[in-house]
Amino acid sequence: MTMTSQRVVPPATVVTITADRLAEQAGQLLADGARLALVAAHHDPDAIRIVYLFTAGPPDRRTELHLRVDPDRPTVPSLAALSFPASRFEREMHDLYGVRPENHPLPRRLVRHPHWPAGWYPMRADAAPRPPLAASEPFPFVTVQGPGVYEIPVGPVHAGLIEPGHFRFSVVGETILKLKARLWYVHKGIEKLFEGHPAGQRTALAERVSGDTAVAHALAHCLAVEDALTIAVPPPAQRARAALLELERLHNHIADIGAICNDVGYGIANTHAQRIREQLLRLNHATTGHRLLRGGVFPGGARLHTVPDPATIQAIADDIASVVDLALRHTVVRDRLTGTAVLGRQNAADIGTLGYVARASGLPFDARHAHPHTHLDGLTIPVHADGDVLARFLVRADEVRTSAAILTALLPTLTADPATDERILSAPGHRATGVGIVEGWRGTITHRVELNPDGILTRAKIVDPSFFNWPALPVALADTIVPDFPLTNKSFNLSYAGNDL
Amino acid sequence: MIPWLLAAGQAVLVMLVAPLLIGLMRAVRARLEGRAGGRVLQPWRELRKQLRKEPLIPADAGAFFTAAPAVLVATSVLVAAVAPFLSTRGPLSGVADLVVVVGLLLLGAVALALAGLDTGTAFGGMGASREMIIAALVEPTLLLAVFALSTRVGSTDLGAIVAAGATRPAEVFTPASALAAAALALATLAEAGRLPVDNPATHLELTMVHEAMVLEYAGRDLALVEWAAAMRLTILLGLLANLFIPWGVATDPHPGALAVAAGVFVVKLAALGCLVAAGEVFLAKLRLFRVPELLAGSFVLGLLAVVASSVLA
Repeated sequence: MTMTSQRVVPPATVVTITADRLAEQAGQLLADGARLALVAAHHDPDAIRIVYLFTAGPPDRRTELHLRVDPDRPTVPSLAALSFPASRFEREMHDLYGVRPENHPLPRRLVRHPHWPAGWYPMRADAAPRPPLAASEPFPFVTVQGPGVYEIPVGPVHAGLIEPGHFRFSVVGETILKLKARLWYVHKGIEKLFEGHPAGQRTALAERVSGDTAVAHALAHCLAVEDALTIAVPPPAQRARAALLELERLHNHIADIGAICNDVGYGIANTHAQRIREQLLRLNHATTGHRLLRGGVFPGGARLHTVPDPATIQAIADDIASVVDLALRHTVVRDRLTGTAVLGRQNAADIGTLGYVARASGLPFDARHAHPHTHLDGLTIPVHADGDVLARFLVRADEVRTSAAILTALLPTLTADPATDERILSAPGHRATGVGIVEGWRGTITHRVELNPDGILTRAKIVDPSFFNWPALPVALADTIVPDFPLTNKSFNLSYAGNDL
Repeated sequence: MIPWLLAAGQAVLVMLVAPLLIGLMRAVRARLEGRAGGRVLQPWRELRKQLRKEPLIPADAGAFFTAAPAVLVATSVLVAAVAPFLSTRGPLSGVADLVVVVGLLLLGAVALALAGLDTGTAFGGMGASREMIIAALVEPTLLLAVFALSTRVGSTDLGAIVAAGATRPAEVFTPASALAAAALALATLAEAGRLPVDNPATHLELTMVHEAMVLEYAGRDLALVEWAAAMRLTILLGLLANLFIPWGVATDPHPGALAVAAGVFVVKLAALGCLVAAGEVFLAKLRLFRVPELLAGSFVLGLLAVVASSVLA
């Protein structure tokens, strides 16, 4: 198969700006309907360079604002007044690179908990080995005061197979007044692990950013590398990738549908969901050799051992529809889901939520539509307006149908190996950057890579939709009762690993 | 002497059967959901394992925490001994009546709630608060539901009610008894922490009622608490069975009659346990603030039953 020279996605427009024009430019882009997809700092030999990536679509538009700051006293004007996600990116940058956001309304630590040494910034190129951690950690939380207010601390270690995170509820009776979620217990410096390796050899690491999102993260990484090296992947391989992405969506959505039912004590629906998920995992294993679809996507192409039968997919989708129907016809289940933990449209938009969380609050954003890497027949974007647990449940149920429709259209056009072939990535000969945007099952995933002239990764920035969606959880939970928290949490089902990086 | 031996035997039977009942209910539910599930003996294996482990006591816990398992087991065993499960004539007939039995059950619940508070953890306090909301509605319903029968018999003695039911069913049972049975069944589910009030299978601390109070227990203490919880379910189902299906209970302490009574009792328990487990497959857990609505409904059923059976004589 020959490589065409036609690019799949448009290259990003790069604008180099100065600090005093940042807010104006960013404000203009946001006003034009772009969203802030990613902010990444880079420690160059002579400067710390901040890249603000704004994306919009369709048509697919990507604009990067590059701002160079003094590496000795790095400061940036805070964009917190314009964009809530920007305020969190800035705090992340402060913790990892020591870039101080000026006029930030809440310049507290985000990634590095207080027991990490001050003044040590692990992502800097010249970061020394980690100094010893402080023995004890001050754990300040905003205390809600008033008669009858008490706190419930939960975690970071939870019952069941959940990742670590600390939740501090301030409660009156059973009603949640305030929830503070403290994350980054599994911060592991995964972005740093990409650095110094040849582009194309870190796909396996990208697959492990968040275990349940192997395809989407691998694909976003590969798209970014291909964007940097201006490789055009043959259309059959792009279609195979799109099919893998939908398979990933299916097995995660049915697991969530079951888990939401299980959290309201309706075990039979979960048992069926688990049965269906197992069918999908076995199908995944036959398709890529791995139950969670690892190994299917690589820079330059995609690899399928076998192509799933569209009839099987359709049967599974029908099976899922019957489980959803079983759950929704149960009045108690429906009562538990309806009106629980409402996330309003304006809140969802302000926080910058993505994926099913956004679509359940009436925001029809989908990267498959806005930033397509291949044409998809059968793509519809299900949107529900209520913003409650039921809406997030229904969006998943609708997306299962959409995924099945997409797969039914895609699968007959695919063949197993050797439909695509692995291409040796050549060095670009100059510094190159690339962006990959993928609609993973949780929402839009953005990866941005930088390569040196030899094709070695010098920086990889990963943004999982969980980073955007986590702050929405406490907002949705205000005035919800404590026993509905696990249900709400499941309806968001955010990744800790993908957030903590 | 013989009534005391009989009472001891009855208590031992309940202690032996209670974990098996839990195992049976879990197995039935698993099979109905298409899962393999554990064996019927599994709860006994877990108890044996836990009983061999040392209990760990949280640093902040006090006397209530250490005393609660013993109080819970003692009240459960006492009720198991005096309730009319095998024979209608216990050693404490006339003393251990309905009010005492409900009071003993409540004593166990309160002991556990205090233990939950005593740990000083948020979960323990949360569970205790929820348990008390439920108990405040369940205990009166338990009393009322049985009053519907006792007004016909003219006694609150449980043995007398069962004996009257078995020998003179036409006088004791009225259509209103169906209301009383429904009220008692709902109260039983709530008191024993079953769906739709509490989910005994959950691992989510924030949704728990009974489990939240016992989270801090470990080893021997945990075994006692779980054993007692199983006994309370057995006792409640046993009372439900014998009050409303009183046949098969021995009215005189003849060994043959007692053996038959024991067999019938176990069969009744198993049948009710299977019924509850099968029902749970179709149930989901109510939102916490809907639980009082359900329990108020069961209270009204009990009240109607009492009024109907005393007025519509």
